[in-house]
Amino acid sequence: MTLPDASANGSSANGSSATGPSGTGALMPVLTANWGLERAWTLASYAAFGGYQALDVALGMTPEDVVETVKASGLRGRGGAGFPTGMKWGFLPAESEKPRYLVVNADESEPGTCKDIPLMMASPHTLVEGVIISSYAIKANRAFIYVRGEVLHVIRRLQAAVREAYAAGHLGTDIHGSGYDLELVVHAGAGAYICGEETALLDSLEGRRGQPRLRPPFPAVAGLYASPTVINNAESIASVPAILKNGAEWFAAMGTEKSNGVGIFSLSGHVTRPGQYEAPLGITLRELLDLAGGVRAGHELKFWTPGGSSTPLFTAEHLDVPLDFESVAAAGSMLGTRALQIFDETVCVVRAVLRWTEFYKHESCGKCTPCREGTYWLAQVLARLEQGHGSEDDLDLLLDQCDNILGRSFCALGDGATSPITSSIKYFRQEYLDHLTHGGCPFDPAASTLFAQEVLA
Amino acid sequence: MTISEETRSELRDIAGRYPQARSGLLPMLHLVQSAEGSVTPAGIEACAEVLGLTPAEVSAVATFYTMYKRHRVGDFHVGVCTNTLCAVMGGDAILARLEEHLGVGNDEVAPKRQGDQYSVSLEHVECNAACDFAPVVMVNWEFLDNQTPDGLVRTVEALRAGHPVASTRGPRICTWRQAERVLAGFDDGLADEGPAAGPASLAGLQVHATQAEIAGLVQLADAPRHGLTNEEYDA
Repeated sequence: MTLPDASANGSSANGSSATGPSGTGALMPVLTANWGLERAWTLASYAAFGGYQALDVALGMTPEDVVETVKASGLRGRGGAGFPTGMKWGFLPAESEKPRYLVVNADESEPGTCKDIPLMMASPHTLVEGVIISSYAIKANRAFIYVRGEVLHVIRRLQAAVREAYAAGHLGTDIHGSGYDLELVVHAGAGAYICGEETALLDSLEGRRGQPRLRPPFPAVAGLYASPTVINNAESIASVPAILKNGAEWFAAMGTEKSNGVGIFSLSGHVTRPGQYEAPLGITLRELLDLAGGVRAGHELKFWTPGGSSTPLFTAEHLDVPLDFESVAAAGSMLGTRALQIFDETVCVVRAVLRWTEFYKHESCGKCTPCREGTYWLAQVLARLEQGHGSEDDLDLLLDQCDNILGRSFCALGDGATSPITSSIKYFRQEYLDHLTHGGCPFDPAASTLFAQEVLA
Repeated sequence: MTISEETRSELRDIAGRYPQARSGLLPMLHLVQSAEGSVTPAGIEACAEVLGLTPAEVSAVATFYTMYKRHRVGDFHVGVCTNTLCAVMGGDAILARLEEHLGVGNDEVAPKRQGDQYSVSLEHVECNAACDFAPVVMVNWEFLDNQTPDGLVRTVEALRAGHPVASTRGPRICTWRQAERVLAGFDDGLADEGPAAGPASLAGLQVHATQAEIAGLVQLADAPRHGLTNEEYDA
């Protein structure tokens, strides 16, 4: 889930010496490169593709040098907030009596986000190798992959990959004769969007209700079992082997000046060929749509999310915004998880926003009042408007409610709930009013479906 | 029902995977669902006993998470994604059709009819991270990609009749209780079933391969043709 960390927003300290924009407009498969191979999920296939070579590179370095390499690559968190990964690792206290832990956030649940799940299904060993290298770098001897529970086959593949890695000596004691030991557990969640928030995930992993913790202390100081803990998104950790194998300079040379490397862009909705498109950060939606065959035939782009439902909506006027952290922020939204949900002119924006709001209402963990109560009020007012009952004043009421949630919630879930509302009122105010004059929704929901022809015929 | 000694032993095994036993509670509750068919009072007490917690503490956790059910679900639990993207792509129409066909509402079990081998239950679910395959339906947490109302009705009827139904990206769909056992961390040997990736997962790779092929052809066409005149080459 994208729960952008306010403290990380706008950070430019990625410690890299990027060379500026390069390779925009072209795809660059790195994480996705082996997904099409036969039995790609097996150790045999992964090893034949060069898998676990990066682990030997890392084990030949000091842990400190591995951290420096990841810092120099400019890799920034792929779970939404974009905080520099190597810097996060560097926050662990140098001296501590307590053991250190690596926790992978594979609780992918942000509406629109669908990159980690196919990655773990097709090539779970990429993540496992990333876990081993990252754990070595931060000197952890226990690691956990917290994967959402609602993806049975992905969990099977992860469990099988971990079993294979143990059998091959990539996990366990004295890995590759290095003297380094690591135990890795795949842990299935049980259905709660909030567990994608890193501190809620830690509470959940401790066997509790998944509710966020007050920060500071940050997980680096007091995380799992109050021990120093690094928690990173699955795609971030999966990016580490390629960086070790090809070098920090290789990664830093891709992308834009402050948003380095490649990332998986997930196109969904009204696009001719929806799917996963891995490209350097900084590619635009116009370029991605060209690659994906454009908006579905006979229709035009109406609105889209750059990084999941918690990131403010964009419209056709944002087609040329470079999809990197800085440019998307400058245009009024967030890069988030590069979850590009494409909606054409058949879609009612009020219906879309109401449904997302109902989602936030359902997923609010109940810990803080602005989010718990606020999301209920938002859903009620929006439903009234969508049914054509409210009044124009309800739009101001909605914006006022958003004001009372944004920045006042305990975590970013509440903030995210306001994004689709405020941005849709900004760009589509008239469409809200049309519901009032029309006495309900003026759109035909059948026209937006994948099987529209079948339904309309 | 009482929890068998075998299940109690497995609950202890799960707790033993972690540096602190309580971390095992979520997978332990999955195992309870597998053994009991739902999170029962007996299952809650068994977890509390293993972890040295009160039943109230375990209940507090069990009631927080959507996947834990305090009532029976069907042998095949059908979850239709109705979050925004899937909803507009057809999820709403699929759910409406299923509700009408099964005669049940959200989070209800359709009664087993005479001749049915298995029961089904219906739920609308939130985004399941497969938006490029919208509209998406989960059956016992296996993916059914790019669904239609009529297609899903046929699938549900096949499930009720006991015919094998394969996930679009996975194995033949097992029962809900078997699935819950895998979530608790017990292998069922099915990891090698199904493809590595669905078509949408490979969409970018395919475009990239085509681009590389075109780039290769352009390079070939522009390459100097040593030792041959154009006429000779064309001949």
